[in-house]
Amino acid sequence: MNQLLQHLLNAVILGGTYALLGIGLTLIFGIMRVVNFTHGELYAFGAYCMYALVMRLGFDFFASLLLAVALGALVGAVIELVLLSRLRRADIDTTMLVMIGAWIIMQNAEQLIWSGVALSITSPFPSNPLVLGPASVSWTRVYVFVVALLLIAGTYFLINRTKLGKAMRATFQDRDTAALMGIRIDRIHTATFAIGSSLAAAAGALLGPVFVVQPTMGDLAAAKAFAVVILGGMGSVPGATIGGFVLAFAEELGAGYISSGYRDAMGFVLIILILLVRPTGLFARKERIG
Amino acid sequence: MTRFTPWLFVAALATVPLWMNDYYYLHVLITTGIFIIAAMSLNLLLGYTGQLSLGHVAFFGIGAYTSALVSLGFKVHIAPDTVVSLSPKPVWFAILCAIVVTGIVGYSIGKLSFRVRGAYFVIVSISFAEVVRLVALNWLELTQGPMALNSIPALTLGFGDYTISFLRKPQFFYLMLVMAVVSYLIVARLVNSRAGRAMIALRENESLAMSVGIDVTRYLVLATVVSAAIAGMAGALYTHYIRIVDPNIFLFIYTVTMVIMVVTGGKGTLAGPIVGGVVFGIVPEVLRGMKIVPEVQWIVYGVLMIAIVYFLPEGIVPAVQRALASGRRAFAGLTILTESKAEEK
Repeated sequence: MNQLLQHLLNAVILGGTYALLGIGLTLIFGIMRVVNFTHGELYAFGAYCMYALVMRLGFDFFASLLLAVALGALVGAVIELVLLSRLRRADIDTTMLVMIGAWIIMQNAEQLIWSGVALSITSPFPSNPLVLGPASVSWTRVYVFVVALLLIAGTYFLINRTKLGKAMRATFQDRDTAALMGIRIDRIHTATFAIGSSLAAAAGALLGPVFVVQPTMGDLAAAKAFAVVILGGMGSVPGATIGGFVLAFAEELGAGYISSGYRDAMGFVLIILILLVRPTGLFARKERIG
Repeated sequence: MTRFTPWLFVAALATVPLWMNDYYYLHVLITTGIFIIAAMSLNLLLGYTGQLSLGHVAFFGIGAYTSALVSLGFKVHIAPDTVVSLSPKPVWFAILCAIVVTGIVGYSIGKLSFRVRGAYFVIVSISFAEVVRLVALNWLELTQGPMALNSIPALTLGFGDYTISFLRKPQFFYLMLVMAVVSYLIVARLVNSRAGRAMIALRENESLAMSVGIDVTRYLVLATVVSAAIAGMAGALYTHYIRIVDPNIFLFIYTVTMVIMVVTGGKGTLAGPIVGGVVFGIVPEVLRGMKIVPEVQWIVYGVLMIAIVYFLPEGIVPAVQRALASGRRAFAGLTILTESKAEEK
């Protein structure tokens, strides 16, 4: 029972970051119809920013987080303007190939700059855990969870309450009509990619101090983000939020009660099960086949 | 370009081990050839049915593991007191097993994953490859996990008293060449058949293909089965050539290599994967010769991939074909022009 409580607590904490990763990816897919293979690399980029700022340059831990998020948005905007803006009318496979190319370039650039050695970031939080009855959790993870929830709430606010969000939703529903209404589609695309990228970078900057920072860290993060997005239905932000927690629970319980070696396989198994049972996804409203 | 050109190409290749004394280059040619076989099988899905399958390395790896395990023999506990074991079998039989097993896996995966299309299909195919990799990594009793399966036997064939061993590189080169030609002929036969036309029809417009009575899923699954079996065969060849297999064979980067080969050469053309395969078999060697570190080599791959999508979206083979055709047309136009002038006079 105590073990179960601990697993459930871990799952809730983990779910926050998975949701954060998934929301960024699903926004980009929903609005731009781009399967973003660089998502994991932006996650790694956030973590490396954090390492460079905190450990090398001696910046403040929390200021570094903000800076990493801002830099993530900047890199995202650059990728969009340089690579994707010319492929606005291209089919999904074409942009996917370009994004795979960008992913290879980014990952190997990280390897070249930082070498393959795993780096660690020291966090300013006390090392003794927060004890909640029979379960316990480290303070760093509590911080990660709280900031992730704040960022998710911020994204919801941005999408549902601001003018930019309204324009994004309009573009999501019908790009051509939105353009006719005077919405600058190019800007919406750049903004969307920047926001999605900054969320990935935020997740990396948050989890960097929890795990270690290494060039291949992005691959696993991207795999999880894809699983979350499929679970929630591509393009659905609430779906990605719930999907993030579903995946975290499946992983925690799977690792705890089935086999820890297959922890990272749980997401993929879930995807395959969902496709068997309900090919339209858990929360997708629209037809996904096409 | 006549129908004999491909055979001349094969004949020229067949002379390579006779004059190529540097075994390193022979090795490069053999591994390139094996990857070209895999790329040809991917082309069937990517080029002819238009489905971007990014889990293709799974079939390659399953073929490699199946063939290795059948030729080495294995013993696993399925339940605590149920043991499945297999004594070592001849290598030719192991390769056949690999082809059959990957074909069956292709059938089930095709049935499952073609419930969805587009981005969903892509992610499902990646997930499938990743699950297989994790199984290979964690099922220690069967696969030895990261410790790898070692000392895999090489293929030997006996005809009466005479036996050939494909342990050395020149012999293996011929084995690879024969298998590549067989794979090419199978793919060519398939895409030029009624089934191949159905595949192209569904690539061009799936709803239209359905409306004229093409059973879309059936042809997609057929393409996956053939494609998987050929990729599995390539994997089996690879495993008996390198003679060691570990879970890294399932790395996503190998799928990316196959995709780059197909896309560069020209998807949906028979020669495309061969041209692309030769280019990407040579590019790494050139870069290695220039003393470039692997990371930069991969960055060059990435840049090439993006450049091809921008500047040569159909690939090399269609571009060359078009250039040749327009050259011929210009030539024909010139003759007509001069003839009409002559008539005027």
